[in-house]
Amino acid sequence: MSERRTTAVLDRTGLDALVQVLRARGRTVIGPTVRDGAVVLADLATAEELPFGWGTEVEAGRYRLVPRADGAAFAHTTGPQSWKAFLHPEREKVWDADRTADGRLSVAEAPRARPSYAFLGVRPCDLRAVAIQDRVLAGGRYQDRGYRERRAGAFLIAAECTEPGATCFCVSMGSGPGADAGFDLALTELVDETGHRFHVRAGSDAGDELLAEVPHRPAEPETQAAARDAVDAARERMGRAMPPVDLRTLLGDSLEADRWDDVAARCLTCGNCTMVCPTCFCTTTEEITDLTGDHAERWQRWDSCFDLDFSYLHGGPVRASARSRYRQWLTHKLSTWYEQFGSSGCVGCGRCITWCPVGIDITEEASALHDELAARLRRHDQEGENGRKESEP
Amino acid sequence: MTDVPLPYRVTRVRPETADTVSVTLAPAGAAAVAPFVPGQFAMVYAFGVGEIPVSVSRIGHRELVHTIRAVGAVSAALCALRPGEQVGLRGPFGTGWSLGRAIGQDLLVMAGGIGLAPLRPLVAAALAAPHAYGRLNLLVGARTPDDLLYAGRLRAWTAAHGPPRCAVAVDRPSPGWWGRVGVVTTLLNGARFTPRNTTAFVCGPEVMIRAAARELVHRGLAPHRIRVSLERNMRCATGHCGHCQLGGVLLCRDGPVIGWNRAEGLLSVREM
Repeated sequence: MSERRTTAVLDRTGLDALVQVLRARGRTVIGPTVRDGAVVLADLATAEELPFGWGTEVEAGRYRLVPRADGAAFAHTTGPQSWKAFLHPEREKVWDADRTADGRLSVAEAPRARPSYAFLGVRPCDLRAVAIQDRVLAGGRYQDRGYRERRAGAFLIAAECTEPGATCFCVSMGSGPGADAGFDLALTELVDETGHRFHVRAGSDAGDELLAEVPHRPAEPETQAAARDAVDAARERMGRAMPPVDLRTLLGDSLEADRWDDVAARCLTCGNCTMVCPTCFCTTTEEITDLTGDHAERWQRWDSCFDLDFSYLHGGPVRASARSRYRQWLTHKLSTWYEQFGSSGCVGCGRCITWCPVGIDITEEASALHDELAARLRRHDQEGENGRKESEP
Repeated sequence: MTDVPLPYRVTRVRPETADTVSVTLAPAGAAAVAPFVPGQFAMVYAFGVGEIPVSVSRIGHRELVHTIRAVGAVSAALCALRPGEQVGLRGPFGTGWSLGRAIGQDLLVMAGGIGLAPLRPLVAAALAAPHAYGRLNLLVGARTPDDLLYAGRLRAWTAAHGPPRCAVAVDRPSPGWWGRVGVVTTLLNGARFTPRNTTAFVCGPEVMIRAAARELVHRGLAPHRIRVSLERNMRCATGHCGHCQLGGVLLCRDGPVIGWNRAEGLLSVREM
């Protein structure tokens, strides 16, 4: 049993100090900030750059910034990026290969920068996403070394959700709106008559130790209760919900569903959902040669199962139709992910709904599949019943 | 070595058919990859072109033979290799045929086209331990006599009546064809095996795998005793790129060899 973790309250000065202490320790602090009409994740020089006074209005296929009178910093929903942009970057060199004049080949692992990240404002859904990518990229027999290095050095500061968006469904996926594990510090932002403050809980020794260097006051019971209430209230205000069934079984039993044709008629197979998804991890490789022809590089970059080339085998792609590609994405996310990596691949962040150009809604698709399966089972039961009646003397 | 390719030198190139060659590779330096078992694959890197998964078709002391058909940019580059040139090699990857689990049983090896390549070291291993197994049957199908791999070896085995007890069929014969005509499953009638005590090893085009496995189940083989080797696009071989998914199976990690009990459902859904 570890010692009791610190619980405290920071004011805005405390939040500034937190960022400064992290930076003084050589960490690159990444957090939300307003840029190009969205809340993006970027390198923060000070806490001032956080999106104070900005909220977001989201719907299927829609995302807008809206000003807030209360000046809150973490009252926005997840944006177009996720932390995978930093832990599992879009493009990364894998190796350098050289060939000498007499044809000898040598291949060396590409040198990597070793950033020391602090992530500020990680939503509970995104904390879960990081834990999922940990299992995929660093939890198996082979490890993605770049990922492991970046992840091992990262300091995670969660921001619990008190303002869920219309496309959020973390409660269905059991990943939020509160943060229960996987963070070094967890903030809950409170803006009320008592003032603008952040309830903070340490979740690790590193979190305890850092908090000791930041001006704070002990958490009084009223603030603790207010933080709990704010998260509990958010739990009741989810914009979306998954059908309350075992999604793993539902998708496993729906491989031949008619609904796939319906969604395929709307899906542009653009791959936006896979790019914004915080757990989608697929990559492809690129081979680059220089003009001498004696130096080659292998790069890996994000790939999408919506791309025709993704399943290419000699002769053509295995998954040519939009139906089969959407089915692959959704079935992997909600069902076969368990078989591969021991959990669901969905955290309920709602990004795939918000950033789908035609507004396809993963929760609506799951519900439709559930309805179709339930109807099929009812028909099956009825036919069985009729069959029995007919066979009776 | 599984992260970065080790340099291997081409020591021999042997044409097999019009589009297929067998390339013998030996470590170019002191470093060598870990030993392979039959059914496993390597990622073979053609400098500046790319990397593809290729199963091993012969496992020597330090040498490995890969039988490669030129169907894309990388495989074409590998088929054009000449002795003395170098490639990169990572591996070994994936599950093997697990021949050890078939001790005491009759063995039924069924190949279609290039599918014979990963089965060749399995046949060699079974022949090297004749007392460990029951009867060894090798059934091979190809489109035409010209598409047949290792034709000389197959013809000698067929003529000698085993072991292995070998039969070869082609879809379209040509003058002088010495084997049978038809699909590979028609050869089962001449094979000698006790279905309830047989392990089958099947590799070929998916349509052939499905037909063969269904016929074997029909003849009384337990689905988990039918081991099939499958193929999907593959980029990393280490379970991270996502390309080789077949339902819940990551073929680089959980395959390429899996039991028919697991494969049947996956291969019966279109575009899976």
